[in-house]
Amino acid sequence: MDASSVVAPPPSERNPGRSLHRFANPGRFLRLSGAVLPWLAAGGAGFLAIGLIWGLFFAPADWQQGDAVRIMYVHVPAAWLASAGYLGLAVCSVFALVWRHPLADLAAVEIGPVGAGFTALCLATGSIWGKPMWGAWWVWDARLTSVLVLFFLYLGHIAVVRAFDDPVRGYRSGAILALIGVVNLPIIKFSVDWWNTLHQPATISFTGAPTMYVGMLWPLLFAAIGYTLVFAAIVIARTRAAVMERRTRALLMARAEQVPA
Amino acid sequence: MTHLPYIVASYALGVLVPASYAVAAFIRMRSARRRLAVIDPRAKGVGTGPRAHRASAGP
Repeated sequence: MDASSVVAPPPSERNPGRSLHRFANPGRFLRLSGAVLPWLAAGGAGFLAIGLIWGLFFAPADWQQGDAVRIMYVHVPAAWLASAGYLGLAVCSVFALVWRHPLADLAAVEIGPVGAGFTALCLATGSIWGKPMWGAWWVWDARLTSVLVLFFLYLGHIAVVRAFDDPVRGYRSGAILALIGVVNLPIIKFSVDWWNTLHQPATISFTGAPTMYVGMLWPLLFAAIGYTLVFAAIVIARTRAAVMERRTRALLMARAEQVPA
Repeated sequence: MTHLPYIVASYALGVLVPASYAVAAFIRMRSARRRLAVIDPRAKGVGTGPRAHRASAGP
Protein backbone atom coordinates (compact mmCIF):
# COMPACT_ATOMS: atom_id res chain seq x y z
CA MET A 1 0.00 0.00 0.00
CA ASP A 2 1.58 3.34 -0.95
CA ALA A 3 1.36 6.55 1.04
CA SER A 4 -1.06 8.33 -1.29
CA SER A 5 -3.71 5.65 -0.86
CA VAL A 6 -3.59 6.12 2.92
CA VAL A 7 -3.71 9.91 2.84
CA ALA A 8 -6.31 10.36 0.12
CA PRO A 9 -9.13 7.90 -0.53
CA PRO A 10 -10.21 7.39 -4.15
CA PRO A 11 -12.27 10.30 -5.55
CA SER A 12 -15.48 8.27 -5.56
CA GLU A 13 -15.20 7.75 -1.76
CA ARG A 14 -14.19 11.30 -0.90
CA ASN A 15 -17.57 12.90 -1.45
CA PRO A 16 -20.64 11.04 -2.72
CA GLY A 17 -22.15 14.28 -4.03
CA ARG A 18 -19.07 14.92 -6.13
CA SER A 19 -19.09 11.45 -7.66
CA LEU A 20 -22.68 12.08 -8.76
CA HIS A 21 -21.47 15.17 -10.57
CA ARG A 22 -19.22 12.94 -12.67
CA PHE A 23 -22.40 12.04 -14.54
CA ALA A 24 -23.47 15.67 -14.78
CA ASN A 25 -20.83 16.62 -17.31
CA PRO A 26 -22.87 17.73 -20.37
CA GLY A 27 -20.25 16.43 -22.80
CA ARG A 28 -20.26 13.02 -21.14
CA PHE A 29 -24.06 13.00 -21.08
CA LEU A 30 -24.25 13.85 -24.80
CA ARG A 31 -21.73 11.13 -25.62
CA LEU A 32 -23.43 8.41 -23.55
CA SER A 33 -26.98 9.33 -24.52
CA GLY A 34 -25.97 9.56 -28.19
CA ALA A 35 -24.85 5.94 -28.02
CA VAL A 36 -27.91 4.71 -26.08
CA LEU A 37 -30.68 6.67 -27.81
CA PRO A 38 -30.90 4.72 -31.13
CA TRP A 39 -31.09 1.40 -29.23
CA LEU A 40 -33.78 2.73 -26.88
CA ALA A 41 -35.84 4.11 -29.77
CA ALA A 42 -35.51 0.98 -31.91
CA GLY A 43 -36.17 -1.35 -28.97
CA GLY A 44 -39.17 0.69 -27.88
CA ALA A 45 -40.69 0.76 -31.37
CA GLY A 46 -40.14 -3.00 -31.75
CA PHE A 47 -41.63 -3.99 -28.39
CA LEU A 48 -44.53 -1.57 -28.88
CA ALA A 49 -45.36 -2.84 -32.36
CA ILE A 50 -45.33 -6.47 -31.17
CA GLY A 51 -47.38 -5.67 -28.05
CA LEU A 52 -50.03 -3.61 -29.84
CA ILE A 53 -50.43 -5.98 -32.83
CA TRP A 54 -50.55 -9.00 -30.51
CA GLY A 55 -53.10 -7.28 -28.28
CA LEU A 56 -55.23 -6.08 -31.16
CA PHE A 57 -55.36 -9.21 -33.34
CA PHE A 58 -54.16 -12.28 -31.44
CA ALA A 59 -54.97 -11.85 -27.74
CA PRO A 60 -58.32 -13.35 -26.68
CA ALA A 61 -61.39 -11.21 -26.03
CA ASP A 62 -62.75 -10.99 -22.50
CA TRP A 63 -65.78 -13.17 -21.72
CA GLN A 64 -67.54 -10.20 -20.12
CA GLN A 65 -66.17 -7.08 -21.83
CA GLY A 66 -65.74 -8.55 -25.29
CA ASP A 67 -63.14 -6.89 -27.53
CA ALA A 68 -63.26 -3.63 -25.54
CA VAL A 69 -60.66 -5.23 -23.26
CA ARG A 70 -58.08 -4.59 -26.01
CA ILE A 71 -58.06 -0.92 -24.95
CA MET A 72 -56.13 -2.21 -21.93
CA TYR A 73 -52.95 -2.61 -24.04
CA VAL A 74 -52.80 1.18 -24.48
CA HIS A 75 -54.49 2.33 -21.27
CA VAL A 76 -52.52 0.32 -18.67
CA PRO A 77 -49.00 1.22 -19.94
CA ALA A 78 -50.07 4.88 -20.22
CA ALA A 79 -51.32 4.77 -16.61
CA TRP A 80 -48.10 3.11 -15.41
CA LEU A 81 -45.99 5.72 -17.19
CA ALA A 82 -48.10 8.61 -15.87
CA SER A 83 -47.13 7.58 -12.32
CA ALA A 84 -43.58 6.40 -13.12
CA GLY A 85 -42.89 9.61 -15.05
CA TYR A 86 -43.95 11.69 -12.07
CA LEU A 87 -41.74 9.59 -9.79
CA GLY A 88 -38.85 10.26 -12.20
CA LEU A 89 -39.67 13.97 -12.07
CA ALA A 90 -39.58 13.86 -8.26
CA VAL A 91 -36.25 11.98 -8.20
CA CYS A 92 -34.72 14.55 -10.58
CA SER A 93 -36.10 17.29 -8.32
CA VAL A 94 -34.37 15.75 -5.28
CA PHE A 95 -31.08 15.58 -7.20
CA ALA A 96 -31.51 19.20 -8.30
CA LEU A 97 -32.43 20.53 -4.85
CA VAL A 98 -30.03 18.52 -2.70
CA TRP A 99 -26.97 18.02 -4.90
CA ARG A 100 -27.51 20.89 -7.39
CA HIS A 101 -27.03 18.35 -10.16
CA PRO A 102 -26.99 20.53 -13.31
CA LEU A 103 -28.62 17.96 -15.59
CA ALA A 104 -31.35 17.02 -13.11
CA ASP A 105 -33.03 20.42 -13.58
CA LEU A 106 -33.11 19.99 -17.34
CA ALA A 107 -34.31 16.38 -17.11
CA ALA A 108 -37.14 17.38 -14.75
CA VAL A 109 -38.24 20.17 -17.10
CA GLU A 110 -38.24 17.74 -20.04
CA ILE A 111 -40.07 14.92 -18.21
CA GLY A 112 -43.00 17.25 -17.37
CA PRO A 113 -44.62 17.65 -20.82
CA VAL A 114 -44.03 13.99 -21.76
CA GLY A 115 -45.56 12.80 -18.50
CA ALA A 116 -48.50 15.15 -19.01
CA GLY A 117 -49.03 13.70 -22.50
CA PHE A 118 -49.06 10.12 -21.21
CA THR A 119 -51.40 11.09 -18.35
CA ALA A 120 -53.75 12.68 -20.89
CA LEU A 121 -53.50 9.47 -22.96
CA CYS A 122 -54.38 7.43 -19.87
CA LEU A 123 -57.38 9.65 -19.09
CA ALA A 124 -58.58 9.67 -22.71
CA THR A 125 -58.32 5.90 -23.23
CA GLY A 126 -59.87 5.31 -19.81
CA SER A 127 -62.76 7.51 -20.80
CA ILE A 128 -63.13 5.69 -24.14
CA TRP A 129 -63.10 2.37 -22.28
CA GLY A 130 -65.54 3.63 -19.65
CA LYS A 131 -68.26 4.65 -22.08
CA PRO A 132 -69.14 1.13 -23.35
CA MET A 133 -68.42 -0.57 -19.99
CA TRP A 134 -69.87 1.86 -17.44
CA GLY A 135 -72.19 3.83 -19.71
CA ALA A 136 -70.41 7.12 -18.94
CA TRP A 137 -67.37 8.94 -20.31
CA TRP A 138 -66.43 10.15 -16.84
CA VAL A 139 -67.31 9.43 -13.21
CA TRP A 140 -65.91 11.18 -10.13
CA ASP A 141 -64.40 7.95 -8.92
CA ALA A 142 -61.35 8.06 -6.58
CA ARG A 143 -58.95 6.52 -9.13
CA LEU A 144 -60.05 8.77 -12.01
CA THR A 145 -60.05 11.88 -9.86
CA SER A 146 -56.58 11.21 -8.42
CA VAL A 147 -55.17 10.68 -11.94
CA LEU A 148 -56.82 13.95 -13.01
CA VAL A 149 -55.06 15.63 -10.06
CA LEU A 150 -51.79 14.10 -11.32
CA PHE A 151 -52.45 15.65 -14.74
CA PHE A 152 -52.97 19.07 -13.10
CA LEU A 153 -49.74 18.59 -11.10
CA TYR A 154 -47.88 18.02 -14.36
CA LEU A 155 -49.49 21.14 -15.87
CA GLY A 156 -48.60 23.11 -12.74
CA HIS A 157 -44.98 21.99 -12.98
CA ILE A 158 -44.81 22.93 -16.67
CA ALA A 159 -46.22 26.38 -15.87
CA VAL A 160 -44.08 27.03 -12.76
CA VAL A 161 -40.69 26.20 -14.31
CA ARG A 162 -41.41 28.67 -17.12
CA ALA A 163 -42.94 31.40 -14.94
CA PHE A 164 -39.74 33.16 -13.83
CA ASP A 165 -37.25 35.35 -15.68
CA ASP A 166 -34.48 33.59 -13.78
CA PRO A 167 -34.62 29.93 -14.88
CA VAL A 168 -32.93 28.71 -11.67
CA ARG A 169 -35.80 30.11 -9.56
CA GLY A 170 -38.25 28.40 -11.90
CA TYR A 171 -36.42 25.07 -11.58
CA ARG A 172 -36.37 25.30 -7.76
CA SER A 173 -40.07 26.20 -7.51
CA GLY A 174 -40.92 23.38 -9.91
CA ALA A 175 -38.83 20.93 -7.89
CA ILE A 176 -40.65 21.89 -4.66
CA LEU A 177 -44.03 21.51 -6.38
CA ALA A 178 -42.96 18.11 -7.77
CA LEU A 179 -41.96 16.89 -4.30
CA ILE A 180 -45.24 18.06 -2.75
CA GLY A 181 -47.15 16.28 -5.51
CA VAL A 182 -45.50 12.94 -4.77
CA VAL A 183 -48.09 12.43 -2.03
CA ASN A 184 -50.61 11.84 -4.83
CA LEU A 185 -48.80 8.71 -6.10
CA PRO A 186 -49.77 6.37 -3.21
CA ILE A 187 -53.27 7.85 -3.34
CA ILE A 188 -53.52 6.81 -7.00
CA LYS A 189 -52.10 3.37 -6.26
CA PHE A 190 -54.29 2.56 -3.27
CA SER A 191 -57.43 4.52 -4.22
CA VAL A 192 -59.08 1.33 -5.47
CA ASP A 193 -58.43 -0.34 -2.09
CA TRP A 194 -59.23 2.57 0.21
CA TRP A 195 -62.52 3.58 -1.41
CA ASN A 196 -65.36 1.82 -3.20
CA THR A 197 -64.57 2.65 -6.79
CA LEU A 198 -66.09 1.84 -10.15
CA HIS A 199 -62.54 1.30 -11.38
CA GLN A 200 -61.40 -2.27 -10.92
CA PRO A 201 -58.63 -3.14 -8.38
CA ALA A 202 -55.12 -4.04 -9.54
CA THR A 203 -54.77 -7.33 -11.43
CA ILE A 204 -50.95 -7.23 -11.47
CA SER A 205 -48.84 -6.62 -8.36
CA PHE A 206 -45.21 -7.07 -7.36
CA THR A 207 -46.09 -9.31 -4.43
CA GLY A 208 -48.76 -11.70 -5.74
CA ALA A 209 -49.40 -13.71 -8.87
CA PRO A 210 -51.33 -11.85 -11.59
CA THR A 211 -55.04 -12.59 -11.77
CA MET A 212 -55.03 -12.15 -15.53
CA TYR A 213 -55.09 -14.85 -18.20
CA VAL A 214 -51.54 -15.42 -19.45
CA GLY A 215 -52.60 -14.94 -23.08
CA MET A 216 -53.49 -11.35 -22.20
CA LEU A 217 -50.55 -10.81 -19.86
CA TRP A 218 -47.78 -11.28 -22.46
CA PRO A 219 -48.95 -8.68 -24.97
CA LEU A 220 -49.56 -6.29 -22.07
CA LEU A 221 -45.98 -6.87 -20.90
CA PHE A 222 -44.62 -6.20 -24.40
CA ALA A 223 -46.69 -3.03 -24.77
CA ALA A 224 -45.62 -1.81 -21.31
CA ILE A 225 -41.92 -2.38 -22.05
CA GLY A 226 -42.32 -0.73 -25.47
CA TYR A 227 -44.06 2.36 -24.10
CA THR A 228 -41.49 2.63 -21.28
CA LEU A 229 -38.55 2.52 -23.70
CA VAL A 230 -40.25 5.06 -26.00
CA PHE A 231 -40.92 7.34 -23.01
CA ALA A 232 -37.25 7.11 -21.95
CA ALA A 233 -36.06 7.77 -25.52
CA ILE A 234 -38.27 10.86 -25.84
CA VAL A 235 -37.08 12.27 -22.49
CA ILE A 236 -33.42 11.63 -23.35
CA ALA A 237 -33.82 13.23 -26.80
CA ARG A 238 -35.49 16.30 -25.27
CA THR A 239 -32.81 16.56 -22.58
CA ARG A 240 -30.07 16.34 -25.23
CA ALA A 241 -31.74 19.17 -27.13
CA ALA A 242 -32.01 21.21 -23.92
CA VAL A 243 -28.30 20.68 -23.14
CA MET A 244 -27.31 21.85 -26.63
CA GLU A 245 -29.68 24.84 -26.45
CA ARG A 246 -28.19 25.86 -23.10
CA ARG A 247 -24.68 25.61 -24.51
CA THR A 248 -25.68 27.72 -27.52
CA ARG A 249 -27.18 30.39 -25.23
CA ALA A 250 -24.05 30.42 -23.07
CA LEU A 251 -21.78 30.84 -26.11
CA LEU A 252 -23.96 33.64 -27.50
CA MET A 253 -23.92 35.43 -24.12
CA ALA A 254 -20.13 35.09 -23.93
CA ARG A 255 -19.76 36.56 -27.40
CA ALA A 256 -22.14 39.42 -26.62
CA GLU A 257 -20.09 40.30 -23.54
CA GLN A 258 -16.89 40.36 -25.61
CA VAL A 259 -18.28 42.93 -28.09
CA PRO A 260 -17.00 46.42 -27.06
CA ALA A 261 -19.74 48.93 -26.17
CA MET B 1 -64.96 -7.39 -33.36
CA THR B 2 -67.19 -5.67 -30.78
CA HIS B 3 -66.75 -2.01 -29.76
CA LEU B 4 -64.64 -1.33 -32.86
CA PRO B 5 -64.88 2.52 -32.87
CA TYR B 6 -63.72 2.67 -29.24
CA ILE B 7 -60.80 0.32 -29.91
CA VAL B 8 -59.74 2.19 -33.07
CA ALA B 9 -59.87 5.54 -31.23
CA SER B 10 -57.77 4.19 -28.35
CA TYR B 11 -55.12 2.65 -30.59
CA ALA B 12 -54.98 5.77 -32.77
CA LEU B 13 -54.31 7.88 -29.66
CA GLY B 14 -51.88 5.27 -28.36
CA VAL B 15 -49.80 5.54 -31.53
CA LEU B 16 -50.22 9.23 -32.37
CA VAL B 17 -49.40 10.70 -28.94
CA PRO B 18 -45.97 9.02 -28.51
CA ALA B 19 -45.20 9.41 -32.23
CA SER B 20 -45.86 13.16 -32.17
CA TYR B 21 -43.68 13.58 -29.06
CA ALA B 22 -40.92 11.51 -30.69
CA VAL B 23 -41.00 13.49 -33.96
CA ALA B 24 -41.06 16.82 -32.10
CA ALA B 25 -38.10 15.74 -29.92
CA PHE B 26 -36.14 14.60 -32.99
CA ILE B 27 -36.76 17.88 -34.85
CA ARG B 28 -35.83 19.93 -31.78
CA MET B 29 -32.66 17.90 -31.25
CA ARG B 30 -31.62 18.30 -34.89
CA SER B 31 -32.19 22.06 -34.94
CA ALA B 32 -30.37 22.49 -31.58
CA ARG B 33 -27.40 20.55 -32.98
CA ARG B 34 -27.35 22.69 -36.14
CA ARG B 35 -27.52 25.97 -34.20
CA LEU B 36 -24.72 24.85 -31.90
CA ALA B 37 -22.58 23.74 -34.85
CA VAL B 38 -22.95 27.20 -36.44
CA ILE B 39 -21.70 28.94 -33.29
CA ASP B 40 -19.16 26.35 -32.19
CA PRO B 41 -17.72 24.34 -35.13
CA ARG B 42 -16.01 21.96 -32.67
CA ALA B 43 -19.51 20.75 -31.64
CA LYS B 44 -20.36 19.50 -35.14
CA GLY B 45 -20.17 15.86 -34.11
CA VAL B 46 -22.18 16.29 -30.89
CA GLY B 47 -24.98 13.80 -30.63
CA THR B 48 -23.84 11.44 -33.33
CA GLY B 49 -22.30 8.83 -31.06
CA PRO B 50 -19.09 8.42 -29.10
CA ARG B 51 -16.65 8.19 -32.02
CA ALA B 52 -17.88 11.30 -33.82
CA HIS B 53 -17.98 13.26 -30.59
CA ARG B 54 -14.44 12.26 -29.66
CA ALA B 55 -13.20 13.18 -33.13
CA SER B 56 -14.78 16.62 -32.93
CA ALA B 57 -13.67 17.37 -29.38
CA GLY B 58 -11.13 20.15 -29.29
CA PRO B 59 -8.14 20.54 -26.95
